[in-house]
Amino acid sequence: MTALTMVGRVVERQSRVYRRVWRGSVFSAFLAPLMFLAAIGLGLGGLVDKSSGEVDGLSYLVFVTPGLLAASVMQTATGESLWPIMAGTKWLRTFHGMLATPLGVAAIFGGHVTWVAIRIILSSSVFLAVAALLGGVVSAWAPLAIPAAVLTAVAFAAPLSAYAATQDTDLTFGPIMRLVVQPLFLFSGTFFPVEQLPSWLQPLAALSPLWHGVELCRAATTGQGSAPAILVHVLVLLAVIAAGSAVGVRTFKRRLAP
Amino acid sequence: MWKTWPAPGVAPVALSDVSESRPGPVITGSDLTKSFGAHQAVRGIDFEVEAGESFGFLGPNGAGKTSTMRMIGCVSPLSGGELRVLGMDPRVDGAKIRARLGVVPQEDTLDTELTVWDNLVIYGRYFGLPRSLLRSRCQELLEFVQLADRRDSLVDPLSGGMRRRLSIARGLVNDPDVLLLDEPTTGLDPQARHLVWERLYQLQNRGVTQVLTTHYMEEAEQLCDRLVIMDEGRIVDEGAPAELIAKHSTREVVELRFPSEADRRSALPRLEALGERIEVLAERVLVYSSDGEAAVSWMHGDGLEPSSVLVRRSTLEDVFLHLTGRSLNE
Repeated sequence: MTALTMVGRVVERQSRVYRRVWRGSVFSAFLAPLMFLAAIGLGLGGLVDKSSGEVDGLSYLVFVTPGLLAASVMQTATGESLWPIMAGTKWLRTFHGMLATPLGVAAIFGGHVTWVAIRIILSSSVFLAVAALLGGVVSAWAPLAIPAAVLTAVAFAAPLSAYAATQDTDLTFGPIMRLVVQPLFLFSGTFFPVEQLPSWLQPLAALSPLWHGVELCRAATTGQGSAPAILVHVLVLLAVIAAGSAVGVRTFKRRLAP
Repeated sequence: MWKTWPAPGVAPVALSDVSESRPGPVITGSDLTKSFGAHQAVRGIDFEVEAGESFGFLGPNGAGKTSTMRMIGCVSPLSGGELRVLGMDPRVDGAKIRARLGVVPQEDTLDTELTVWDNLVIYGRYFGLPRSLLRSRCQELLEFVQLADRRDSLVDPLSGGMRRRLSIARGLVNDPDVLLLDEPTTGLDPQARHLVWERLYQLQNRGVTQVLTTHYMEEAEQLCDRLVIMDEGRIVDEGAPAELIAKHSTREVVELRFPSEADRRSALPRLEALGERIEVLAERVLVYSSDGEAAVSWMHGDGLEPSSVLVRRSTLEDVFLHLTGRSLNE
C-alpha cells in the first residue's frame, strides 16, 4: 500500500463512522453557522448598514459572511482534533488497533487531518450556497473560499491534534476552547476589521491563523484582495500546517509506539 | 479453512512451506532489551518461536511480557539486542511484518463506533484487502467465533467474552502467519475463557503459529507447546510445560493448612523430612513429594493434624514458585 492509500483507509473508517453519527453534527457544522449568518449578517448587519453605510466598502452581510465561514470551520476543526484524538489514543484506543496493521503513525495522523478537510469541504459548500442565496457572496471567485476554508481548518487541526496526543486527560481542552478559540473567533477580523482594534493590538492579529484564513475567504467571496497579500496568507497557513504535521507525527509516535 | 486463502500483496506462504524450504524459527530474539526512561522492562532475553507452534510468555504482571509482545508486534522500538520476525527486522520492515501478524491486544482496541461486521471489514481494509474478499472472509470469521448472529450489533452491548472473540476474529482478518495474543482470557469468566481456548485450539490444529502471554498457569499449560517463564524482565527458564514441571517440581504436591500459626511452626521441621522440599506460603504449606498419598499417611502416623489436606499434581505455579520464590498472582 502506498502512503496515500493508507491515509485513504483511515478516511474510509472515519466516513463509515460518520454515516452512523452524522445527524449529531448537523447542528454544529451546518445549522449553527447559518444561524449566526442570519442573526449577525442580516439582523445586526441591518443596523450597521443603517448607521455607517458600509464596512470597508462592503455591506455588513458581505463583510461578515467570509468571517463566519472561517470562524466556524476553525471551531469544527478544533472540536474534531481534541476529544476525538483523546478517544483514539486513550479512551477507545482505536489508533492502537490501527497501528497493529500496516498503517503507521503518519497514516493515522494524516488520515485524521484529511478527514477533517473533507468534512470542511462539505460544510463550507453548504454554508456558501446558503450565504449566496441570502446575498452574502458577491464574487465569482467565491468557490475558492472552499479551499481557503480547508486551509484554515487544517491549520488548526494539525497543531491541535499534535498537542492532544501529548495529553493524558482532557482537562486542558475546555480552557483551549474558551481562552484560545473564543478570543480568536472574536478578534481575528471576523466581525469587524482588525483596524478597529487598539493600534498596539493590531499586529497581534497577524499571529492568528484565523485572521489569515478570514482574509483569504474574504478575498474569495468579495473578489477584493491583492495577489501578494493572498500569497502571504496561503504561505502562513501552509507553514502552520507543515509545522503542526511534523510535530504531530512525532507526538503520535511517542504516544502510540513508545 | 482460511489457510488456503491467498493473502493479497504477499505471496501466500503456507506454514509447512516455511519449515520445509527455510527451516528455522519465525521469531528470534537475542539479548532483547526494552527500557522506558530509567525503568528496564525487558533485561536481555533470548527466545525462538518455531513455525506452527504455540509459544507462551508466562509470568506475573510487570514481568516484561507485554513489552516483549509489543516489540514483536513492531509497535515499540527495541532498546537493545536483536529481533527477527518472519525473517525481517522490525526496525526496517515494521509495516511488512505487521501485514503478516494478527494481534489480539490485552486491552480491547475494538472500534466501538462501528458495528461488529464493520469492525472486521474496516480492519481488513487497513491491511489493503479488497472488499469482495472481505465479504466472504468476515462472514466465515464471524461463524468461527460464534458471533454470526451479532453481526449488526454495536460493540458496546457485547459481553467481555464476545468482545474477546471478536478481537480474535479481527486479528485473523489478514490470514496472519503468526497470531499474537496478549493475555487472551484475562478478565473473562471461566465459561467465556473455555470458549476462547476452544477457538485457539482449533487455530493450532490448523497450523497457525501462536505467541501468547499469560499470568494464568492453567492457560499456559492448556495452550502452550512451549513457553518461557519471565520474571522482572528476564527469562528464568524455558521448555514444554510438562518438561518444566518434571524438571523443577515433584509429581505431586500436598497442600496443608494449619489451625494456627503456632501449630504450623511446630510442624515445619517434621514436614521438611516428609517430602523432597517444602514451600511456606502466607496461608499454606506445600510439601513436594513424588507420592502425595504416601506422604499424607506418613504425616498422620507422625501425629500431625493440619486443618485441611489437599493432594494435587504439580503445576507451572509450583515451577514459578520454585524458580522465583514468589507466587504468580501476587
